[in-house]
Amino acid sequence: MIGGLFIYNHKGEVLISRVYRDDIGRNAVDAFRVNVIHARQQVRSPVTNIARTSFFHVKRSNIWLAAVTKQNVNAAMVFEFLYKMCDVMTAYFGKISEENIKNNFVLIYELLDEILDFGYPQNSETGALKTFITQQGIKGQHQTKEEQSQITSQVTGQIGWRREGIKYRRNELFLDVLESVNLLMSPQGQVLSAHVSGRVVMKSYLSGMPECKFGMNDKIVIDKQGKGGTTDEPGKSELGGSGKQSIAIDDCTFHQCVRLSKFDSERSISFIPPDGEYELMRYRTTKDIILPFRVIPLVREVGRTKLEVKVVIKSNFKPSLLAQKIEVRIPTPLNTSGVQVICMKGKAKYKASENAIVWKIKRMAGMKESQISAEIELLPTNDKKKWARPPISMNFEVPFAPSGLKVRYLKVFESKLNYSDHDVIKWVRYIGRSGIYETRC
Amino acid sequence: NMTSKYFKNQWNSEIFELKAELNNEKKEKRKEAVKKVIAAMTVGKDVSSLFPDVVNCMQTDNLELKKLVYLYLMNYAKSQPDMAIMAVNSFVKDCEDPNPLIRALAVRTMGCIRVDKITEYLCEPLRKCLKDEDPYVRKTAAVCVAKLHDINAQMVEDQGFLDSLRDLIADSNPMVVANAVAALSEISESHPNSNLLDLNPQNINKLLTALNECTEWGQIFILDCLSNYNPKDEREAQSICERVTPRLSHANSAVVLSAVKVLMKFLELLPKDTDYYNTLLKKLSPPLVTLLSGEPEVQYVALRNINLIVQKRPEILKQEIKVFFVKYNDPIYVKLEKLDIMIRLASHANIAQVLAELKEYATEVDVDFVRKAVRAIGRCAIKVEQSAERCVSTLLDLIQTKVNYVVQEAIVVIRDIFRKYPNKYESIIATLCENLDSLDEPDARAAMIWIVGEYAERIDNADELLESFLEGFHDESTQVQLTLLTAIVKLFLKKPSETQELVQQVLSLATQDSDNPDLRDRGYIYWRLLSTDPVTAKEVVLSEKPLISEETDLIEPTLLDELICHIGSLASVYHKPPNAFVEGSHGIHRKHLPIQHGSIDTGESPVSAGPAASIDQPQVIPSQGDLLGDLLNLDLGPPVNVPQGSSMQIGAVDLLGGGLDSLVRRMYREHSFLWFVKVWLPAVKAKGLEISGTFSRRQGHMYMDMSFINKALQHMTDFAIQFNKNSFGVIPTTPLAMHTPLMPSQSIDISLPLNTIGPVMKMDPLNNLQVAVKNNIDVFYFSTLIPLSVFFVEDGKMERQVFLATWKDIPNENELQYQIKECHLNADTVSGKLQNNNIYTIAKRNVEGQDMLYQSLKLTNGIWILAELRIQPGNPNYTVNARSKEIDRLQNAFDIVQNIFKDILHP
Repeated sequence: MIGGLFIYNHKGEVLISRVYRDDIGRNAVDAFRVNVIHARQQVRSPVTNIARTSFFHVKRSNIWLAAVTKQNVNAAMVFEFLYKMCDVMTAYFGKISEENIKNNFVLIYELLDEILDFGYPQNSETGALKTFITQQGIKGQHQTKEEQSQITSQVTGQIGWRREGIKYRRNELFLDVLESVNLLMSPQGQVLSAHVSGRVVMKSYLSGMPECKFGMNDKIVIDKQGKGGTTDEPGKSELGGSGKQSIAIDDCTFHQCVRLSKFDSERSISFIPPDGEYELMRYRTTKDIILPFRVIPLVREVGRTKLEVKVVIKSNFKPSLLAQKIEVRIPTPLNTSGVQVICMKGKAKYKASENAIVWKIKRMAGMKESQISAEIELLPTNDKKKWARPPISMNFEVPFAPSGLKVRYLKVFESKLNYSDHDVIKWVRYIGRSGIYETRC
Repeated sequence: NMTSKYFKNQWNSEIFELKAELNNEKKEKRKEAVKKVIAAMTVGKDVSSLFPDVVNCMQTDNLELKKLVYLYLMNYAKSQPDMAIMAVNSFVKDCEDPNPLIRALAVRTMGCIRVDKITEYLCEPLRKCLKDEDPYVRKTAAVCVAKLHDINAQMVEDQGFLDSLRDLIADSNPMVVANAVAALSEISESHPNSNLLDLNPQNINKLLTALNECTEWGQIFILDCLSNYNPKDEREAQSICERVTPRLSHANSAVVLSAVKVLMKFLELLPKDTDYYNTLLKKLSPPLVTLLSGEPEVQYVALRNINLIVQKRPEILKQEIKVFFVKYNDPIYVKLEKLDIMIRLASHANIAQVLAELKEYATEVDVDFVRKAVRAIGRCAIKVEQSAERCVSTLLDLIQTKVNYVVQEAIVVIRDIFRKYPNKYESIIATLCENLDSLDEPDARAAMIWIVGEYAERIDNADELLESFLEGFHDESTQVQLTLLTAIVKLFLKKPSETQELVQQVLSLATQDSDNPDLRDRGYIYWRLLSTDPVTAKEVVLSEKPLISEETDLIEPTLLDELICHIGSLASVYHKPPNAFVEGSHGIHRKHLPIQHGSIDTGESPVSAGPAASIDQPQVIPSQGDLLGDLLNLDLGPPVNVPQGSSMQIGAVDLLGGGLDSLVRRMYREHSFLWFVKVWLPAVKAKGLEISGTFSRRQGHMYMDMSFINKALQHMTDFAIQFNKNSFGVIPTTPLAMHTPLMPSQSIDISLPLNTIGPVMKMDPLNNLQVAVKNNIDVFYFSTLIPLSVFFVEDGKMERQVFLATWKDIPNENELQYQIKECHLNADTVSGKLQNNNIYTIAKRNVEGQDMLYQSLKLTNGIWILAELRIQPGNPNYTVNARSKEIDRLQNAFDIVQNIFKDILHP
């Protein structure tokens, strides 16, 4: 199990050091600093073995978090724990920065004591932790006996992510379908790989212990229903899902509140939600993806000291929809001495420090096309190394889900309290963003 | 030194101030002071002198202050054991507090105070907390048992805490169950044979129920524990798999990987090609792919594991090669791992895409990555024959870039391509030679030299090229020196007239001016060969080389199986067994894949049951060994009338060494005893005729089971077979029954009955058999080793009385003792397995908990071997004492018998 946990600043000074196991000595703190933080070479692995001690690290801005062990631990668990720890800290005091860590070190020790016992991760749901670890010191002494046992039963209970007795005047929930569409395209326009990784993020403000059921246009479900001949689909088109078309989901993973065995057997997504914001599910699709933009590059080398670049982008969605925050990044060689750009739309600039021409367009409707041309002057160089020609990358945001996912319903049942599914106000939003959206040139 | 003194003084005064603040009357002031102490402690300053003052602050009802004091205590108690006693009362009191949070805090902290004197005081409070009404206290107490065990294992056992922990597995609260499982799993790692966890179907059911209800971390503990369970039959395995499969959709990647581990292990137990088996395989692929959309560190762990999974069961991800394409922004460690997996998944179906990708990668910036990409192109050429031509032309393009390390890497892989496809791409040699001067790495220089030597007859100025390397001979690495020596000797044998001077020069450099023994020895061998028998020298040095293997960098199968049992853990990240990086007792116990019961007729080895393992287990011949390969022929011993091929040597190494697996092509099962089908006569040695086979014993008769394959272009007829005299007088009972001609690329299987009435001549090794096979083309010779077990006759069961008398009769010096390691069978199974091979159990006794088996066996020539097997419960290593009257006649037979025991008992 995890033997110790250290947090360092960018200089390698230790900000937090918590040792759980006797086999981890103080020298472990220095070993990591010397061999990893101060190493000359770029980090070659997130796991480092130094003198039979293994170090796992992640970085958040310029803060290093390292878990140490001398055993054959579950490596995936250690990283997941480090991520979780970052989430918990962010939930408590915002950004993970040197200043925030220094200002909250007592709190961090308290949290580390609670969420990691002898190196075994324990309940680390912020919702539960916040009921008894607060920045004002533990509430302990002011609590009644009932409150205390409520805390302990929540922390150890089956529904560790939600406390009893939550009340809202207005029962409301917000559903965001956030997708990032990834593309790797050859210069000839052939799709080398494309996939959508999506997340369903929910903000729920619901009273009591509501039972929720979430439905989407999952091909497997739709096909099954089609076969069964049932016509009264629960809450059909309730939340604005219109097209009948279904999508093939390659794989999905769920927040721990979702009953996985039920999904496995019936493919239904049912759960008691945490309070506030959380990620309900993640999914991945690879079939029939709507690629919002097509990039057509043309690079010509004119002699040894000049490059001519022309890039066309075409938007590929309903003309009534608008894409936003469009940015095209065209890499330039290291020996670039000057750039002249002409673009039809938006603004383009050569950024020498980033070795790229950055072309920004605020808005663009569907089924449109725009173009940029650039002349790049190069310094003559003796460098034998060829320019690697990094791909042209794109950023954008579109108001639809490139996977084609549609929310069909989200039903809320709370049998003990006096509200029904109809009383809950529901909001659904689709946002598609570029992930790694690259075209080779 | 004034400055350091100044800081020291300053620090002393700080300590002094802190001391005052800690004793301040106001609670708030004291709390602030303790915070300052903790801050100083964090950055490594020594605040141990404040121990009594800090402990004084412990008696408080302010929880935050209490926690800070506890934190201090955990750090310094060990260095101040006497003062730590002061804290005991407070712990005992807190364990009785009405607030469960405080009770848990106390039991959590006291386990972290590693002071022997204190530990005994903590037993009573812990006992109470293990039975506490509040689950939060119980789950904390469960972990405390593990802490105490780490400090004083004996005490924990004596106090019965392990039993209490085991009771918690049936607790109503899932988190208590999960922590108890975690604690027990860790404790049992240091007692590998104690069966602490007592995994039985009832307990497994409880764990599976808790699995649905506990936190993500608890699920990981439970899944990791489940993976150590051996289901009793396939039905149980399947029902566990069914209940574990939903975990593949969990958001936590560790839950997913641990579930994958359980499924990968239990798949071994499921009958192949059933619907369920195939569905399960299909279900494994999407979650593995999803792991690659996680954060880079988790991607890295996932990729290292996928690397193992694709070696074990390539079918799972064979359709998914695209997800392993490298993204420009991937961290370098992710890129390198993806590349590795891409090559493993490369096949005829996807090679075009893969090559296009690799070509892109070869122009990236990171040197390691680019090198690996170039190497990958070479590996594709070797793996997928249809792509070889495209790969070679891609490599040539890359050589034209003149980027130094790209050129060097390309030349190394081109050497391997030449090895794999002789007489195909040599036209590019001229281009390679142009780059001779830019090679500065030993690997690349050696590769280039090898190419020049191997193809000296096609390179006009080969002598000049090799001579240019000779100038700095002593500055070269050993690898280059050895290659150069061989290359020049090859050159001399091919063009003797012009190169006599050169070869003399290199021989004298190697033998007289070098102090490297390898180099000198090789130099002398060549020298003598060349001076005594140039014709033999030519045969030896210019002999045909075995083809290079398709797959390189494969993890050795037994290690792979072990690593599959460690999916998700550090071992799977390092690709090393835990004992390679873990100290002490933890993780020393080796894990094995479960073995399918009663599956004799599946025709596959249960250990490496994956279809890949059986269908096209590649023949791994280390590509580096080619130089030595040239020399192997020299070790044949004195020339005898029967010319022997090098296959004999390989055969001999096989039987006694552990490297069997790698040379195995197909596996055979006779009775329950495995013998291996081996290539006895490779086609290159016999003008296109390949013979492979094995020996077996069926219904009291011996057989030689052979496959004849015609790899030549003409048909073969008139087959006959003859044996040389041998130790057991083995001769064929009937002539070789091949009545039809063997057509090109046809194969015929023949079972040749044998008997032992022929002339006897002692061979070395004893079971060596020299065989001559004739056909219309020529006569070919090979030699092979007959597994001794085929000589064990059916009437090898000795009378009890005779056994006893004989055993006593045999002098002690005729006894041999050895151990059979890592054998997890009970006495009855052992006895049964041995009996299937005509090794009979005469008696079984139980002495002080040990099982003693008395065994006898008889060889066809009437020699008896008696053995005593000692099996201690829980000890996987068996002791065997073997005796025989005819020990002098047997000599190394004992060694062989030892191996037979091993082979029989290790399926």
